[in-house]
Amino acid sequence: MKRTWVVCALLVPLAAWAQPKPAPVVVPEYYRLLEDGNPAELFEAKGEALWTQKRGPKSASLEACDLGKGPGVVKGAWVEMPRYFADTKRVQDLESRLLTCMEVLQGFNAAEIAKTPFGRGEQVSIEALAAWISAASRGEKLALPQGHAEERRVYELGKRAFYYRAGPYDFSCASCHGEPGKRIRMQDLPELAKNPGDAVGFASWPAYRVSSGELWTMQRRLNDCFRQQRFPFPGYASDVTVALGVFMGVNAQGAVSSAPAIKR
Amino acid sequence: MADPMKIRAQVAGDKATVRVLMAHEMETGQRKDAAGKTIPAWHIQDVTAQHNGKTVMTAQWGPAVAKNPFMQFNVKGAKAGDKITISWVDNKGDKRTDEATVA
Repeated sequence: MKRTWVVCALLVPLAAWAQPKPAPVVVPEYYRLLEDGNPAELFEAKGEALWTQKRGPKSASLEACDLGKGPGVVKGAWVEMPRYFADTKRVQDLESRLLTCMEVLQGFNAAEIAKTPFGRGEQVSIEALAAWISAASRGEKLALPQGHAEERRVYELGKRAFYYRAGPYDFSCASCHGEPGKRIRMQDLPELAKNPGDAVGFASWPAYRVSSGELWTMQRRLNDCFRQQRFPFPGYASDVTVALGVFMGVNAQGAVSSAPAIKR
Repeated sequence: MADPMKIRAQVAGDKATVRVLMAHEMETGQRKDAAGKTIPAWHIQDVTAQHNGKTVMTAQWGPAVAKNPFMQFNVKGAKAGDKITISWVDNKGDKRTDEATVA
């Protein structure tokens, strides 16, 4: 009897030590290890070069592009988008704004770029530019303007889109992102109807996806959300995608941006 | 030509830690495209690291290395201001060399 007790005393601490760490501990640890070599940096370097390079039918650079803080101002622009632009009389996110600049300044056909599949043609340029522009605001807090009536209207539109249930499974964005503690396989899902915290959700895209080796912009992320809901694909830089951006961004106001982040 | 690498080299005690990001497709030769045809292998084969012109490390890589690979290693005795040069050659003969200064 006495011998059994000794064995037990030895086994208990060993068993506790050998137990695998739970997923909520291991997954963030894995992301931290990846952060040191985030290939999004390669896209940033490409985007920086593209900004000043003379391109397109008009052979012009994007240096005169106004991202909301004046022509050519990149730093801090990302955390204040989507926002209202007086020249286009629309609320635009980074990508729809880049389409405008590429059309007006460089002479590209914006409608054609919007129809181009992700990862091809000029979409590749937009990915790189989005990586560089968002990196210029890394560590800053989301501060989307809501002063213009149009910005508030688009927020309400985004809210409606977020809770809109449809499709064969009667999904809405809120089915997955409407309450805390949800996950798909190993991925914790941020609660996007309120502030999910620093460097999560809206504050962490664009991001480099390790599993596919691609840089995903917010538009591409949203496009995939629509796919997962079994919805028809939304138009690139369409009103509904911008509205969802405003809804998520305003809800996460004050959250620190980690874009371009690294994901599984 | 291939896109530039990102090289960071930082002194840590009596050595320097070098971190390299390379832009490369690293296609394995095992995947098939939408039409069912095999995508030919295309990956980095040889990596060379030099410290002030002297080769300090060589590596042979194959299709198992990830797309846009990240490599980290230490160089003993490297000081601030030293030059670190990284070169790679892929299986199509394409090559790239980039240099960084130890900080």
